[in-house]
Amino acid sequence: MKTDTRSTSRLRHDPLVRGLGWASALLAVPQVVTPAGFARALGVDDASRHRSATTAVGVRELAAATGLLGRPHPAWLWGRVGGDLMDLTMLTRALRNHNGRGLGRTVAATAAVTAITATDVYAAVTRTRRSTPMELTAATTVSQSPDEVYALWSDLERLPDFMAHLDEVRVTGPRTSHWRASAPFGKGGEWDAETAQDVPGRLIAWRSVDGADIENSGEARFVPAPGGRGTEIRVTLRYDLPGGVLGKAAAHYFGEEPHQQLDDDLRRFKQIAETGEVVRSEGAPGGKRARGEFPQHPARPLTVDELKEALA
Amino acid sequence: MKANCWTGRNSVEVQDVPEPSILNSRDAIVKITSTAICGSDLHLLDGYVPTMEKGDIMGHEFMGEVVEVGPGVSDDKLRVGDRVVVPFPIACGACASCRAELYSCCENTNPNAGISEKFFGHPTAGVYGYSHLTGGFAGGQAEYARVVLADANALKIESDLTDEQVLFLSDILPTGYMGAEMCDIQEGDAVAVWGAGPVGQFAMDSARVLGAEKVIAIDKESYRLDMAAAQGYTTINFEDTDVRSALLELTGGRGPDKCIDAVGLEATHGASHIHLYDRAKQAVRSETDRPHALRQAILSCRSGGVVSVIGVYGGLIDKFPAGAWMNRSLTLRTGQCHVQKYMKPLLGLIEQDKIDPTRVITHRLPLSEAPTGYDLFKNKKDRCEKVVLTP
Repeated sequence: MKTDTRSTSRLRHDPLVRGLGWASALLAVPQVVTPAGFARALGVDDASRHRSATTAVGVRELAAATGLLGRPHPAWLWGRVGGDLMDLTMLTRALRNHNGRGLGRTVAATAAVTAITATDVYAAVTRTRRSTPMELTAATTVSQSPDEVYALWSDLERLPDFMAHLDEVRVTGPRTSHWRASAPFGKGGEWDAETAQDVPGRLIAWRSVDGADIENSGEARFVPAPGGRGTEIRVTLRYDLPGGVLGKAAAHYFGEEPHQQLDDDLRRFKQIAETGEVVRSEGAPGGKRARGEFPQHPARPLTVDELKEALA
Repeated sequence: MKANCWTGRNSVEVQDVPEPSILNSRDAIVKITSTAICGSDLHLLDGYVPTMEKGDIMGHEFMGEVVEVGPGVSDDKLRVGDRVVVPFPIACGACASCRAELYSCCENTNPNAGISEKFFGHPTAGVYGYSHLTGGFAGGQAEYARVVLADANALKIESDLTDEQVLFLSDILPTGYMGAEMCDIQEGDAVAVWGAGPVGQFAMDSARVLGAEKVIAIDKESYRLDMAAAQGYTTINFEDTDVRSALLELTGGRGPDKCIDAVGLEATHGASHIHLYDRAKQAVRSETDRPHALRQAILSCRSGGVVSVIGVYGGLIDKFPAGAWMNRSLTLRTGQCHVQKYMKPLLGLIEQDKIDPTRVITHRLPLSEAPTGYDLFKNKKDRCEKVVLTP
């Protein structure tokens, strides 16, 4: 992900972010200067480990304040959320082991931290950028001439045969087409695209036109491989991944590794070029959906119903 | 139909499963007439190969009669009624690896190539009944099987040779042959073969066909060594003999010129503390394979010799004798067999009576008794060497 300097300057003038930064700073001072007094104010007794915990929290708050007021970034907001959860854990333990003196103050402190946590979560979620620009590249070599490989790729309506995230591509004019996709963009989408560059035997590039759900572009370059090894194909896809860093992490978690997907897409393109179609096994009968099928169907023939679903 | 399925570590079961259907246009469906249990099936049984799923049909050595072909198979290549042997690796015949006759490294036939790549660096070919790492293809220990890219893979048998004479063209005969061929055997060569199982026996036969002066079999099962001795090969039982000194003795102190590891990842060892060391590391998954045979082959081979590995390895080994390998100019050659390259020439050798593949068969069972066959073979009961199953 690229660092977005505009978002840093935007956060610098964001009242909520500045407010949270000052709150951190104000809380930190008494915690660091008189940890014992602060612990007493919370209704917890003056044990040495309580004092050192309070000092540590103070130092953490100072760091958050410096970050939020100096070089604001959503990461500091998420850091505050993490700190809140630590504080709530410590307060919960304090409540459970409470000796009764100052219990009311501890309860009040817990309620206050809960409210602060809610504010921090709100700030972190709303101030995190909602999309991450992604650039994916992959390469493969196919044992055919650049002209043959170019001809296969430039039949855009065949792209969904091997590109896992594409459901349909419909050619709508000499340079225009309509695309329909599902994952890995997090949600399905449709857009119109235009051919940006078309050099037979060498290059095809396309991009979404204005108003697309998911702004994206891509290109495929074809270069003769050395020593009669056929054609090297290099593909680049660029798009904004919704959900920002979190969306990216979630996509990884659910097995939609975009780089891996593009690698697999090219592997299937090679299968079509060299064998005529995408190879299916009993374990991965869906062809291009193989990765999404883990854990796979057992390596045994499919029932009639399973077959219908797999070939659909 | 009935099929022998993996149902968990150390457990296979004959189950009722649906009959196969055409999934790709170049598929064929084969009614299986003979199928076999391979030593590498035992690695699946024992749970050493990851990505097995309960219900996977086992088996990658099978032959039969074509009963259906897909629309992409042309008549001159294959038609209903043809009698075919099916090679275990699925090859496309068109990619760079296939064009270099490295069929088991085919770049196009493994739908799970992305996962295979994580284990092996680059993906390998699809294989029938051999885990989802090699594609998740249903195996051939069944009444019917789907043959993928059938026109590029199935070998038609047009002579009247019996099933038992040609069945092993699917794997173990070409595998043994490739082990010997990789040795680049020269006049006067002594070839030592670790493992006197079926693949080892065929490696020995092939070494002799390719001109070896002396063939030495190393194993601990006396009945398997007897089988080798009956062919005129010298034998060493590593349970009661020190292998290195016996090999020096047999080769005038030179060491074998060529060594073949036909054992692979589940080796046992005469020296029990070393075996326990590897077994323990394997149990805690810090080493997946037990490479005793490989280590011994490298240490035994004469300087400048070839160590040819056809026993299956799946993951990582340690205590690899890299010093011996490097300082003594050894050549290490290996590969899953490129069966398609060897089927026709070996069929020729069978027709000319130069090799008799039936000599390794000790047990013939109906498919319904497959689990008994696995038990006999794995536990070396009843002098079991090779089990052939008939549906």
